[in-house]
Amino acid sequence: MKKLSARRRHPLAAVVVLLLALAATGGLYAAFAPAGKAQADETSQSLTIKEGQKLYEVGCASCHGTGGQGSSDGPSLVGVGAAAVDFQVGTGRMPASSSQMAQIPAKKPIYTQAQIDQLAAYVASLGAGPNVPTKEQYSKEGADIAKGGELFRTNCAQCHNFTGKGGALTKGKYAPSLEDVAPKHIYEAMQTGPQNMPSFPDTTMTEKNKKDIIAYLNAVNSSETENPGGLELGGLGPVSEGLFAWIFGLGALIAVAVWVAARTAKAKKS
Amino acid sequence: MSSQDIPEENLPAAQDHPHGSVSVADEETPFADPGMPPHEHRAQDIDERAAKRSERAVALLFTISMLATLGFIASYVTIPHDKSIFVFPIGHISALNFALGLTLGVALFCIGAGAVHWARTLMSDVEMVAERHPIAADPATRAQVFEDFHQGAAESGIGRRKLIRNTMFGALALVPLSGVMLLRDLGPLPHSSLRHTLWAKGKLLVNVNTNEPLRPEDVAVGSLTFAKPEGLEETDEDFQNEIAKAALMIVRLLPEDIKDKQELAWSHEGIVAFSKICTHVGCPISLYEQQTHHVLCPCHQSTFDLSDGARVIFGPAGHALPQLRIGVNDEGYLEALGDFAEPVGPAFWERG
Repeated sequence: MKKLSARRRHPLAAVVVLLLALAATGGLYAAFAPAGKAQADETSQSLTIKEGQKLYEVGCASCHGTGGQGSSDGPSLVGVGAAAVDFQVGTGRMPASSSQMAQIPAKKPIYTQAQIDQLAAYVASLGAGPNVPTKEQYSKEGADIAKGGELFRTNCAQCHNFTGKGGALTKGKYAPSLEDVAPKHIYEAMQTGPQNMPSFPDTTMTEKNKKDIIAYLNAVNSSETENPGGLELGGLGPVSEGLFAWIFGLGALIAVAVWVAARTAKAKKS
Repeated sequence: MSSQDIPEENLPAAQDHPHGSVSVADEETPFADPGMPPHEHRAQDIDERAAKRSERAVALLFTISMLATLGFIASYVTIPHDKSIFVFPIGHISALNFALGLTLGVALFCIGAGAVHWARTLMSDVEMVAERHPIAADPATRAQVFEDFHQGAAESGIGRRKLIRNTMFGALALVPLSGVMLLRDLGPLPHSSLRHTLWAKGKLLVNVNTNEPLRPEDVAVGSLTFAKPEGLEETDEDFQNEIAKAALMIVRLLPEDIKDKQELAWSHEGIVAFSKICTHVGCPISLYEQQTHHVLCPCHQSTFDLSDGARVIFGPAGHALPQLRIGVNDEGYLEALGDFAEPVGPAFWERG
């Protein structure tokens, strides 16, 4: 300490003190500034959650309970995550008109995307669950469509048909058609397993797998799909195609044969 | 067409009487044979210009067919295979497929239509009578045939030269054995292969999506995962045969939801592994409803309850889906604790 004190009159002492002071100020700023920003984020996040809670209490609490704990009319929402809310409300399945249906159908959504985000934030605050996927996760950029087809046929085609046309399940339940379903909603459905659909979490079906599947569906079953075969007849394969050939193909042949035989070639018509 | 141009004897009225013989009623045939109805002529029989028109129509149809065939060849050569066109009401369709189908269809149809039109308007349509004859030949012919046969048999010496006769019979009797031997190619017999799969004690459960072995924490409640035995790769020669028996469906239930004691004992923390092959006729079965824990077979609607030992609750399946006993190895991966305890897939004769 003495040594330091002895040099306090050194010509460079002022420079050293200035440098130390600058470093301290910068360090303090670096330490406090992001914290301030995070605090601001948290406030807006808690505002969103508050708004979501208001919407929840009006539209959802009657079935899912005031704290999302569930009731006899609807399952618990603790831990379902924002992705489940975004899917269920975004496809119009929720709010449902009745819990007594075999399956709750998709319909026109009644909340705006902003309201859905608030609801999702509130439900996500009840317990950790899958987040809403980012655009990067479900865009077809960089996806392998062929691999997606393979994965789709292994994991999804048993219920949704090999081009995603949907199909019947037991007791009035069904796997819906995936035609023109938003990629985000397909991603969320795989992640969360809505209603009777099993879930395909990232641990068993990776993010890349999901991206590939979405790209495959976009290629075979959307309004952008090229269909070189013409009439797809529901895309159900040999059932509808065979029915069409037997009724219209054979029917036309029989009609021509009857027409040929019914007309007489005689000059004197009888 | 005016009737003045037509020769008098060709007019329908001039020929309006029955032709062919008419038998008279007698005691053996109490109803008189009315004979053939009067023949009616076609316009083409009595009017040469109508016949010419028909001829031109038939020739036109055959010509269209020829042009369509040329069109088929031209389409095949000129149209790129990835060109798409819109055709009402079919929609967007491959131009090449549409052109090939249309031209080939027209070519074949016009040949048929031409032939039918030709036969109906120009070929003779005069009714003809051909009496049936008895099937048996007359006695003289029959006697001749028998006589020829006996003479041939005597000349060949088949009765006298017994060595030739017996060796010939032997040769003829042995020849079909070649065909019988080839039936061996239907085999080999399956022996015990229907009773065993690749699953064995210590084999890891490999996720078919990622080709990585599964850990218990990967499998969430309500999820559905498909697994294959460790070491079986899609590039293996016998992959199809082996995966057809070893295909596995993995779901996780809450342990308190599992009603069957053996199912609970063979599970790991609620993770159960069942054969993916329906026990009815062997369809891959994985239409899993995560809320009811039912699995539906898409072929004949057999339904299995995965929370109750995969018991059959509906449909034609004869027995429950076989369950694979699983556990966790030292490294924390899911592993099989042996093969399936019963044959997977549909029943067979000796299944018992």
